[in-house]
Amino acid sequence: MKETLITLAYLVAASLFIIGLKRLSSPMTARAGNQLAAVGMLLAVVATLFLEPILSPIEMVTGLVLGGAVGAWLAKQVEMTGMPELVAAFNGFGGAASALVAAAEVARYAEFESFALASAQVMPVEAIAGPLSAVSAFTIALSVLIGAVTFSGSFVAFGKLSGRISGNPISFPGLRLISIVVGLGVITATVIIVAGTADFPVIEAPVVWGLVLLSALALVLGILLVVPIGGADMPVVVALLNSYSGLAAAAAGFVLSNYALIVSGALVGASGLILTRIMCDAMNRSLANVLLGGFGGGDGAAGAGPAMSTEGLSVRETTADDAAILMSYAQKVIIVPGYGLAVAQAQHQVREMADILQQEGVEVKYAIHPVAGRMPGHMNVLLAEANVPYDQLYDMDDVNADFETADVALVVGANDVVNPAARSDPGSPIYGMPILNVDKAQNVIVLKRSMRPGYAGVENALFYGDSTQMLFGDAKDSIGEVITELKALKS
Amino acid sequence: MDIALIVVFVLAAFVGMEVISKVPATLHTPLMSGSNAISGITIVGALVVAGMVGTPWAKWLGFIALVMATINVVGGFLVTDRMLQMFKKKDRKPLKAKQETVTTNGAPREAVKA
Repeated sequence: MKETLITLAYLVAASLFIIGLKRLSSPMTARAGNQLAAVGMLLAVVATLFLEPILSPIEMVTGLVLGGAVGAWLAKQVEMTGMPELVAAFNGFGGAASALVAAAEVARYAEFESFALASAQVMPVEAIAGPLSAVSAFTIALSVLIGAVTFSGSFVAFGKLSGRISGNPISFPGLRLISIVVGLGVITATVIIVAGTADFPVIEAPVVWGLVLLSALALVLGILLVVPIGGADMPVVVALLNSYSGLAAAAAGFVLSNYALIVSGALVGASGLILTRIMCDAMNRSLANVLLGGFGGGDGAAGAGPAMSTEGLSVRETTADDAAILMSYAQKVIIVPGYGLAVAQAQHQVREMADILQQEGVEVKYAIHPVAGRMPGHMNVLLAEANVPYDQLYDMDDVNADFETADVALVVGANDVVNPAARSDPGSPIYGMPILNVDKAQNVIVLKRSMRPGYAGVENALFYGDSTQMLFGDAKDSIGEVITELKALKS
Repeated sequence: MDIALIVVFVLAAFVGMEVISKVPATLHTPLMSGSNAISGITIVGALVVAGMVGTPWAKWLGFIALVMATINVVGGFLVTDRMLQMFKKKDRKPLKAKQETVTTNGAPREAVKA
């Protein structure tokens, strides 16, 4: 009876997750969808608390309160610019939790003998572990592996995204060899664990040590997998780790034969995989290329392609004054935000400027490249924070034709995603990547700190184009000056 | 292990793909943090191992798992909600136009939306 009730509760929870995710497909219903999913989670937790036998209520309440407080605090204090690293960190926690759940299963088996004698009377029958089969041992190993890789990989990604670790791909001779050796070690440890179950119930030594070895190697593997990936590829990595965290939960579900974990884990695993594919398509690269490439850092990676010669090319500099005049007389202005906007926290200024232009009758659109920012959809969140209505935000495919009729394209801290070399120069490392056709606009104003290349380490011919003017400086300050000038023009 | 578990896993993965592929790029970040919170469902597993097992090792591993999973769940849903409440449709027309429509037809809400 209890078993049935709890399975039904999990079924309802899983259904709420699916409906919630479905509602996430429109900004109108998204918030309600997320809340629905949260209700599903609450239901699953409450059902577990009521229906599973609880032997240590104090620990459980402490765990829930502690985790809840930390989670709520993290969610409350994060800046929207810091969203990618927070999601990476949450991913890491999820992965680690799944690995630990699986590991706890082994601990349960390992202590089975002594424990069963001591407390068999007070334990409900289903709580006592039966023999550990080879299949169970394998699922436990798999769960620990995925969870641990997700954990360490996510925290390396966290470090890179938050700037605590260099965003450049870190690579050294023999890195791949080490990865292969660690990979072989993982397989060996798994074999030790599975083979160890043959001796059950004298399980302690081989299985537990195999598990410790596997955890350690998996943690190293997670680091090795993410370290060589450059900052520009971080959106792909975050999406992929998101998928892993789902798979880790599903694997833990197999260990516990728990439907809630399996269904939810599969949902998240699939969603992460789809996002990964979208990100890869947006960069015209295969997943293997992203993971093995070591592409997209700073200076080091530039050596990969023939560097564009900038000799003899000149850059036209402009002032906030001129930029304001140019835009106020324009019919159509397309704003192209990039990570520079996020770093400068210029989203509010950009919105204020757009408001003034719209009051003057200028048509303003925002063109968003799929990999602008540090995670999928990051720019949209930042602009939403600044109260930009989402119906003014356009995806690359919807807006690209518009550039030809635009009087001004205002590039705010974007670089590689507007580099025409992706269209024209087969020698360029970013050749073939779909870009925003900013260079087709009548006038291009580029807001940039300096002439430093972007994350891909590639020179950008756009900056040297005849229709391009550069407005150097911090994006927030520059836009602020433009606003002042626009107001002066109006009065 | 029950084969039914694998069946459920595969079908759920298909449902996931079907549902997610319709999410527009605008919502990719909330989608990621939201689905990330859902992957915190492992909290249920953590509750099971932390609560129902009396063996010290399993209990402590379960306890750490519980704290981490709760961080993931609570933080994930809250931060997603924080993001999503910022997504608004165009409700702020340029100021001039707004005042005009309000004075002419006296139906501010509709006028502003239009």
